[in-house]
Amino acid sequence: MTASAPPGAQAYPETEVDDADAQVQAPARGDSATSRGAWRGLLVQPVLVLLGVLAFVVWRATAGLSDTESRQLGWDALSRSIVDHLWLTLVAAVIVLLIGIPLGVLLTRGPFRRATPFVLGVANTGQAAPAIGLFVLLATWLGFGFRSAVVALVLYTVLPVLRNTMVGLQGVDARLVEAGRGMGMSGFAVLMRVELPLAVPVILAGVRTALVLLVGTATLATFISGGGLGQLIVTGINLSLDSLLFSGAVLVALLALAIDWLGRVVEHVARPKGL
Amino acid sequence: MSDTIAASTGDTTQPPAGNERRISGVSIRLEGVTKRYSGQGKPAVDAVDLDIPAGQMVMFVGPSGCGKTTLLKMLNRLVEPTSGKIFLGDEDVTGQDPDQLRRRIGYVIQAGGLFPHMTVATNIGLVPGMLKWDKQRISDRVDELLELVGLDPEVYRDRYPRELSGGQQQRVGVARALAADPPVLLMDEPFGAVDPITRQRLQDELIRIQEELGKTIVFVTHDFDEAVKLGDRIVVFDVGARVVQYDTPEAILADPAEEYVADFVGAGATLKQLTLTRVSDVELIHPQVTRAGADAAEVVRQATAAGEKYVVVTDRRGRPISWPSVAELSRVATVPDTVDEKLPVVGLRSTLNDALDTMLAASQGGVVVTGRGGVAGVMVVETVMAAIQRTREEVQG
Repeated sequence: MTASAPPGAQAYPETEVDDADAQVQAPARGDSATSRGAWRGLLVQPVLVLLGVLAFVVWRATAGLSDTESRQLGWDALSRSIVDHLWLTLVAAVIVLLIGIPLGVLLTRGPFRRATPFVLGVANTGQAAPAIGLFVLLATWLGFGFRSAVVALVLYTVLPVLRNTMVGLQGVDARLVEAGRGMGMSGFAVLMRVELPLAVPVILAGVRTALVLLVGTATLATFISGGGLGQLIVTGINLSLDSLLFSGAVLVALLALAIDWLGRVVEHVARPKGL
Repeated sequence: MSDTIAASTGDTTQPPAGNERRISGVSIRLEGVTKRYSGQGKPAVDAVDLDIPAGQMVMFVGPSGCGKTTLLKMLNRLVEPTSGKIFLGDEDVTGQDPDQLRRRIGYVIQAGGLFPHMTVATNIGLVPGMLKWDKQRISDRVDELLELVGLDPEVYRDRYPRELSGGQQQRVGVARALAADPPVLLMDEPFGAVDPITRQRLQDELIRIQEELGKTIVFVTHDFDEAVKLGDRIVVFDVGARVVQYDTPEAILADPAEEYVADFVGAGATLKQLTLTRVSDVELIHPQVTRAGADAAEVVRQATAAGEKYVVVTDRRGRPISWPSVAELSRVATVPDTVDEKLPVVGLRSTLNDALDTMLAASQGGVVVTGRGGVAGVMVVETVMAAIQRTREEVQG
């Protein structure tokens, strides 16, 4: 997980209105060609994920496993672990979105701008702190279990969403905002109809980063009895059962890749036309 | 328009003879309008009084930082005045809700300020939408406006701004500002980012639109030539938006109020008089005009009979598309409908300066002149030369 570098910085949008009249009348054919190319790129990842899943299923069905192993890797236990893991990710993700996006919007509005360094500082600390430390500290404070795990995950992953929301909004050409106000749109209308739509690509890139972080980090929830696929890994380590350890690791990786892919698809579809 | 009497005497606007202009604009009056930014000693705009008569195009010129843009933005309250009053017509709008006010004032900025994620039609329909027009009315209005600014609705309605050239974007920007038929139009250096030829065409279009609509237009520019060409009156500002001179272009060129104005107007004032002479003021040649698709042999016969060497070809709407020689036409069966992108065209309200520029840019010895009903004629370079000669003699004599 090397994503602690500020994500989304590269995804900064080109909102600059191009003066180059040369590229007049972008031909519609070229457009659909590039979009077809992008789709082809999007196809590679799910194929790899499916191959990975297939390989795992074949291995699971054919390998000779001990009692302990097959208990942990039984389809029931396995699917429960996966569902737990996804549930943890989903709940944390929803909270991250509900906090990150509105907060990002707020911090780019008038008087609240002054609070930006403070809030970003807190978010930065959340992400810079070692995740495992964050989990344990919160558990000693809020008690072991699902709730603490969610809080820790939120703290750990709110930064990319928050920061990308801000970067995306700040990247919107100020003249467009002024044009909107100048024609009589309210500040809120400009936000909803101009700023947010134009910031969507950057915001979604942040959301995808956060989701991938969440899937990976959620493995740590097991240390504070939060459940999830981390259990497989930890049990595997404790009992020196490599099959469990690898199963857990592979499944988490596949899950992260799958979610990353979903995020890319959403980014592709939700990208405003005309950009 | 340009033969309005001196501004300082007030509102008796004299429409040009034979032209009954419709005026849909309202007057604008500023009383002691001031803008002071905290932390700055001198106010950015210092107690400006100004009367802008209804239906006129008034140009704000001055060096950058003189406060002309700030003053413009106070008219639609994008900048809130520190003190002073602003009237639209007889109505004091200084205390009015800014969003409501702005829906009655069209606003055009550089490059059109179009929203890139909305189609041309959506962009234009924004203000009518806010005013709760029904869909059909908005869609009709969009088509009407696209026609007005010279873009074919069928082609451009559903395009995104990215798919338009700079000039086309600017046209859509003007259409968007006119969408709800506001009496007042504010334009903030709208043509600053386009190439000279496109700029000149846009200026011609603006003059034509203004003749048709008669809005009150306040237009900020740093280009004095542009001000002379477009303005019914020009306001020359100095630092703090001090009004140095407020008069017709002719009067300012002939009699600059201060040395400052004379400097600003520039040394080429004699040649600048060329910007005061319109194409409609000089003699035009009337060539054979034909539509694309017509029988070429017949056209050639008529042209030869009239002793013409060139024929102007127009499209269905009567807009010129090419200017082939008779020899070229005699080689084809029907008049081709190919559009010559480099065809030099100016409007009747263009200045001789523009016409000369256009000829030079196209490397041609003449330009096709279009008026309201289509092709009005052709002007050749000799006509411009004669006009320059005349101006020189006038100045020297």
